[in-house]
Amino acid sequence: MSVEPEHPVLQVEDLRVSFVQYERGLRRRVVDAVLGMDLDVHAGEVVALIGASGAGKSLLGQAVLGILPPNAVASGVVRHHGRDLDQAARRGLAGREVVLLPQGASALDPTATVGAQVRRAAVLAGRADPAAAAAQALAARDLDPSVVRRHPHELSGGMARRVIGAIAGMGRPSVVIADEPTPGLHPAAVAEALGGLRRLADDGAGVLLITHELRGALTVADRVVVCERGRTVDEAAVEDFAGEGARLGHPYTRALWQALPGHGFRAPAPGRTGRAVG
Amino acid sequence: MLSAPARIALRTARVLSLLFAVVVGSFWLMTASPVDPVQAYVGADVAAIGPEQREQIVDRWGLDDPPLERFGAWAGNVVTGDLGQSQIFGEPVAVVLADRAAASLALMATAWVLSGVLGFSMGVLAGVRAGTWVDRVLSWWAYLLASAPTFWVGLLLLYLFSVSLGWTPVGGAVPAGSLPGEATMLERLHHLLLPAATLSLVGVSPVLLHTRQAVVEALGSDHVAFARAQGETPWGLVLHRVLRNAAGPAVVLQFATIGELFGGSLLAEQVFTYPGLGEATTQAALRQDVPLLLGIAAVTALIVLAGNAVGRVLGRVVDPRAAVLAA
Repeated sequence: MSVEPEHPVLQVEDLRVSFVQYERGLRRRVVDAVLGMDLDVHAGEVVALIGASGAGKSLLGQAVLGILPPNAVASGVVRHHGRDLDQAARRGLAGREVVLLPQGASALDPTATVGAQVRRAAVLAGRADPAAAAAQALAARDLDPSVVRRHPHELSGGMARRVIGAIAGMGRPSVVIADEPTPGLHPAAVAEALGGLRRLADDGAGVLLITHELRGALTVADRVVVCERGRTVDEAAVEDFAGEGARLGHPYTRALWQALPGHGFRAPAPGRTGRAVG
Repeated sequence: MLSAPARIALRTARVLSLLFAVVVGSFWLMTASPVDPVQAYVGADVAAIGPEQREQIVDRWGLDDPPLERFGAWAGNVVTGDLGQSQIFGEPVAVVLADRAAASLALMATAWVLSGVLGFSMGVLAGVRAGTWVDRVLSWWAYLLASAPTFWVGLLLLYLFSVSLGWTPVGGAVPAGSLPGEATMLERLHHLLLPAATLSLVGVSPVLLHTRQAVVEALGSDHVAFARAQGETPWGLVLHRVLRNAAGPAVVLQFATIGELFGGSLLAEQVFTYPGLGEATTQAALRQDVPLLLGIAAVTALIVLAGNAVGRVLGRVVDPRAAVLAA
């Protein structure tokens, strides 16, 4: 990036999320899921948030969008262009400035036509002429106009991804959150999905890629934030993931890198690590 | 996949064979019944008739003929459009059916629409508020009604509203002593109220519970999470992303319960002495009116089959995935 903007487009500071549960309806139990996460995303860059399943990384995305489950209690700061966002402000930006880019046809309503869903997204994004905006967004992704009458089960995987892209892009977002965009996809589809994220960033959005697949993330990200068991423990530049991982500062990050085939293929030992940075 | 004409031919063959099985089964049950038709017909005066008169009745009804011959004669007439003569009402079966069906139709249609609309609305409410006291009250209410027999609910309502409070009539479709033609619309509705309420109450629970489950599943789905991330409000989610997902099962179920509605109306009409198809069925069965009972069995089976077919078609319209699964 040539010019460093004044504020990151998205900033998360000391995010904590816990869940209130009731055991057998009576005993109240608080489960801490996120114990302190920090990251920032600048316009035009792709930041990968890497961590194992259950590390709480998806909750960060949900907190930013204001869509945590009802029994979740969250604290910490979320800023957009330097402005603090409370829950109402996060909901206000969701679908307009901050969007979720999910993966796979299951993100589309199986009972509604593509047209109805894209038009609804246009309404929610506050577009003046939803029908025209929907048609334009679909055409921009090389989808035939007839696709508006189809239902999600009549789309191929690639078409469904493009429809989802049209819906997510409806608000001309400044922040795109892609949560696990590549699970179970074949390599060509992974490359297409990640390439799409790179284009969004090149067009000026800040992209947060939430994934557990380090190798794919490294092909597209500018920076990597590593989280382990509810905490962000490390941040590293993509260039640092090289060789035996000697330039990686944190032992957990190094362990993740060395767990990949070709870099040692050693299983990480999460019990010992993760205390150094916290 | 079959072509459209072949599919229709297959469906028709299936319907006809099922109808045949229903009437054969009903007929066999009637011939196996220990009730003496002549005694059931004559009633308490059975001692007053001599063996010759009894012989005349048996001969006139052909009761001594072999069952196969009797069934063959009935089936031969049905093919020409003649459903036979009802023995207890002394009128053609078709006339009795039309009379009774008109009365029952008002009752069942009211109950069916009410239970469907109420059940679906309460199911959506329970699903959206899952886990709260609203959900618990509605679910327990549904379980309670699902386990309560129709006639018992009817008796409770009868006791409360007709006997204790005196708000509704105790029985009949029109005021006691007046002919059906004389009753006003309001009087008819007044008499319809309690039986219809009984049937709707009992019919609410399956739709309520299935809709609740469908709403809970839809709210937990990926597509609702995505819609929420697009800034959809809680009620916008329900309206745009959940209702139609939940409507599919509700529609199919509601049309499939038309058969149960017949069973329920049979009991409710008995409790409220409402002169509908259900009451005629009980009469026909208790008094060995074979032609009437076979006619009722065939018509009921046809209506149930038609209900299932309509439900299937509408279910596909509401949820296009169902069409793929069925193909």
